[in-house]
Amino acid sequence: MTAANGTGRGPGADAANGTSRRPLLETRDLSVDFGGLHALDRLDFEVHEGEIVSVIGPNGAGKTTLFNAITATVETSAGDILFEGSSLLGLDPNRVTARGIARTFQNVRLFANMTVLENVMVSQHCRTRQHAFGALFYTPSFRREEAEIRERAENVLSFFGSRLVGYRFDQPAFTLSYANRRRLEIARAMATQPKLILLDEPVAGMNPVESAELTGMIGRLRDEWGFAIVVIEHHMDVVREVSDRVVVLDHGTKIADGDFEDVSNDPRVIEAYLGHGATT
Amino acid sequence: MTATVPPATPTSGVPAEPAPAPTRGALDQDWRRLVRMGAVGAVAQIFIALSNMPVRLDERVIVKPVLSLGYLTLLIVPFAAGHRVGHQIKREGVPVHAAGAHEVAGGAACGALAGGGLSLLAVLLANFDLREPLVNWSPMLAELLAFGNETWFAVVVWLVIGTACGAAGGALRLLGPRTRRAVVTMALAVGGAAVLEPLVVDLAEGMRLEALTDRLYARRGGVNWTSGLGLAAASGILAALGRGRLQQARAHIAELEGASRTRTNGLLILATAAVLVILPLFAGKLTNELLANVGLFVLLALGLNIVVGLAGILDLGYVAFFAVGSYSAAVLTAATSPRINPELPWLVALIVVVVITGLVGLFIGAPVIRMRGDYLAIVTLGFGEIIRLIFLSDWLSGWFGGSQGITKIPGAGIFGLTDVAGTDPRRVFYLVLAFCAIAIYVSWRLERSRLGRAWMAVREDETVAEAMGINTVNVKLLAFVVGAVLGSFSGAIFSAKVGSVFPNSFLILVSIVILVVVIFGGMGNIVGVIAGSAVLIGVLGGPKQPGLLAEFSEFKLLIYGALLIWMMLARPEGLIPSVRRSRELHQQEMAQDAWLKGQVEDDNHNDGGSPKAAPAT
Repeated sequence: MTAANGTGRGPGADAANGTSRRPLLETRDLSVDFGGLHALDRLDFEVHEGEIVSVIGPNGAGKTTLFNAITATVETSAGDILFEGSSLLGLDPNRVTARGIARTFQNVRLFANMTVLENVMVSQHCRTRQHAFGALFYTPSFRREEAEIRERAENVLSFFGSRLVGYRFDQPAFTLSYANRRRLEIARAMATQPKLILLDEPVAGMNPVESAELTGMIGRLRDEWGFAIVVIEHHMDVVREVSDRVVVLDHGTKIADGDFEDVSNDPRVIEAYLGHGATT
Repeated sequence: MTATVPPATPTSGVPAEPAPAPTRGALDQDWRRLVRMGAVGAVAQIFIALSNMPVRLDERVIVKPVLSLGYLTLLIVPFAAGHRVGHQIKREGVPVHAAGAHEVAGGAACGALAGGGLSLLAVLLANFDLREPLVNWSPMLAELLAFGNETWFAVVVWLVIGTACGAAGGALRLLGPRTRRAVVTMALAVGGAAVLEPLVVDLAEGMRLEALTDRLYARRGGVNWTSGLGLAAASGILAALGRGRLQQARAHIAELEGASRTRTNGLLILATAAVLVILPLFAGKLTNELLANVGLFVLLALGLNIVVGLAGILDLGYVAFFAVGSYSAAVLTAATSPRINPELPWLVALIVVVVITGLVGLFIGAPVIRMRGDYLAIVTLGFGEIIRLIFLSDWLSGWFGGSQGITKIPGAGIFGLTDVAGTDPRRVFYLVLAFCAIAIYVSWRLERSRLGRAWMAVREDETVAEAMGINTVNVKLLAFVVGAVLGSFSGAIFSAKVGSVFPNSFLILVSIVILVVVIFGGMGNIVGVIAGSAVLIGVLGGPKQPGLLAEFSEFKLLIYGALLIWMMLARPEGLIPSVRRSRELHQQEMAQDAWLKGQVEDDNHNDGGSPKAAPAT
C-alpha cells in the first residue's frame, strides 16, 4: 500500500515550493479567543493546491480550533481566512462546505442511524438541486439526480476497497467497526466534492495495520482525487509518511513550518514536546 | 418486548433450553419485589376507585351479565401485578427458574395485596368522611365495592378477587407459547367485540345482518355471556390452528426484496384502500362520524409527523396551523364572516388557505427554527397559544368574531358535484380520506428524497449536518411549512364539517393530543401514525370528539397520560415503529446482536452473502 505512495512526495510537493503561486487556503493573523484564552493567536497558515500539510502540536495547541475556525464552527476574533482568494469570514458552515472545504471529526460523528450509503448520499446535499417539487411529482430530473447521487456515493465508497460496499451499503453506520467508521467519515467528506479536506486525527484508535493502510489512502486521496489535505495527527510515523509539509502549533501560535526532518530537529518543537515524543 | 420477532422458528411448546431449568418451591419468592409490586397495585386500585372510574364505567357492559367496564378497570390491576411479578430477566449463561407453582403463589400473594387496597378503601369509606379532600368519587362506589352488601363483605371479597386475579395472572406464565397465544386471542376477541360494539352494530345494520348482532350482543349493550363463550371458543380454536401463521406471513413479507416486495406492498395498500372506500357505504352515521374524526386526526398527525418524526423539531404548538387553516377557510367561505366575506367556493378557498398557512408557518418558523431542543419546544408552545389568543382577542374580533367565532360556514363544495357538510358524515369521510391519501403520498415521497435525507441528518446531528453542507435553517423551515400545510387541510375540512369555528376549539390540548398520537403510534412511521390515531382517537376519542368508548370521555386525559407513560417505559418506539426510530432507541442491543452474529467486524471475508441488516419489523 505504501509502495504506491512512496514517501508521500507527490506532485503537490512542487506546489509547496512554488511560493509565488496563490495558496488554496490562507489564514492571516487568525485569532480565536475563548474568554481570556487565546486558542489561536495571530496565526498565519497556508495550504497550496495538491499539498498535504500535517498540523501537529501538544494537546491544547489549537489544532482542532484551527479546523473549527476554517469551517466556521467557531467564531474568529480577528484576522482573515481566504479560500481561493476570497474570504470565508461570516459564512455559515454549510456555505463553507459548498465552497469546497470538507472535514472529519476527532470523535467520529457519523449519522449513526442512517445507513452507510445514506451517510454518503446526504453529504452531497450542497452539490444537488432537486427540491420538494421534484420529489413529489417524481420528475425525470429528480430520478436522474437520485441515480447520480447514488452512483457517486457508491463510487466514493468503493475507494475503500470492499470494506464499505455490498451489503454494507444498507447497514446502519453504528454497526460499523471503529476503523470503518473513520473510513466512512472520510468518504462522507469526499462526497461533498471538496477541494480541501481537513482530517482530524484520522488514524486515532486504529491498530498499526489499519493505520498504515489509511496512511497510504491519504496519499491516494491527493494523487487520485486531487484534494489538498490538512491532517491533524499525533502518530509521528504517519506524519512522516504523508506530509509534504509539517506545521507545528503551540499555544495557538506557529512555532515551526517546514518538512518533517527540519521540523523534528527544531529545538523549539522539541521543547514544546518537552524533549520527547517528537520522533517516536 | 420489542417488535423484533425472529423468523418464527416452530418451537414445539418448549423453549430451547440446553440444560433442564432449575425449579423452585411455591414459597421461594423474591418477597421484596412481590411486596413492592403488590403495594403499587394497591395504590393503583385505590386511585382508580377514587377517580370514580368504576362507577361511571359500570354502565358499559362488556359481558352480560358478568362483567362491566367499571369492574374490569378494578380487576385488571391485580391481574397485571400478578403477571408482572413472575417476570424474570433472562441473562445468557445464567440459569432461569422454570415456571412452576411459585409463579401462581407469587401472583396470588401479589394480587391479594393489590386487592387489599380496595378492602382498605372499603373500610375507609365506611368509617371516615373522605368526601372533603377527595371529591371525585360518588357514594355509589361503596355500594359497587360491596356488591350491595355490608362493608365486611367488600373487605373479604376484594381480597379473594385480588388473589384469584393475581393467581390467574401468574398462571398465564405457566402456559406454553401456543396456549398463551390462544388465551390472549380469546381475551382480545371478546374484549374487542365489546369495545367495537357500536361499530359492529352499525355496520351489521348497513349489511342487513341484524340477526347476527342481536345474537351476539345483549339488548342493552354488552356481549351475551353465551355468545361470548362461543366467540372465545371460536377465536381460541382459530388461534390454535393458526399457530402464529400471521406472524410468519409478516416475517415473510418483511423478508421480501425488490419487485416482489413492491408488489406485495402495493396489493396491501390497494386492499386497505378498497376496504376504506367500501366500508362507509354500509356504515351508518355514527361510524362515518367516527371515521371522519379519526381521519382528521390522521391528517394532523401526518403533518406533525413530518415536523417531529422526520426533521426532529419538537413542535408543541402544532394546533396553531390547524386553527389558521380553519379560520382562514371560514373567513373565505362563510357569508357571515364579520369583515371580509368573499364566499369563495371551498376548493378555491383551500388554495388560498394553503398559501396563508404556509406563510404563517414561515412567519412563526423563521425566528423559532434557530433554536434547539427544549427552547424550541417552549417557544412553539407559546406560539400555539398566541395564535388562539389572537383569534379570541377583542382587537381582531371585527375580523374573526372573537369568542363568538364564525358560524354558518357552508359545506365544502367539490366542483359543484357534491356538497360536503357535517350533516352527511359519509361524504366528510370520503373527503378526509382523499386528503389523507395526499398527505400519505407527500410524506412517503419526501422521506425518500434528498430533502428527506437532509431532515434525517438534521435530526441525527445538527452540527454535523451543517458541516456537511446542509443549510439546516432552510431545511427545517421547509419541514415546518410542509407540516403547516398538511395541518391546514385538516383545519379547512374541520370548519366545513362542523360549520362553525370558535377559538376554544384550538386549545393547547389539541397539540398535545396530536403529539401523543404520533408518539404512541410510532414516530416517523406513516402506518404507525395512522394506527395511533385509530386507537387513541377512534377508541378513546379526541379532545372533543367521542370515541367508541364514549364513557371514557371524562377520564380520557388520565388514560392518555397513563398510556403514554406505559409506552415510554415498555416500548418507546411506539405501536408500529419506524425501523430507524427503533434503531435509535435500541442501538446498543442491535450493535450487540450484530456483533454476536459476526457482522460487525468481518473485514476479511465480507462476501459471505448478504446477512440481514439489523432485525427489523
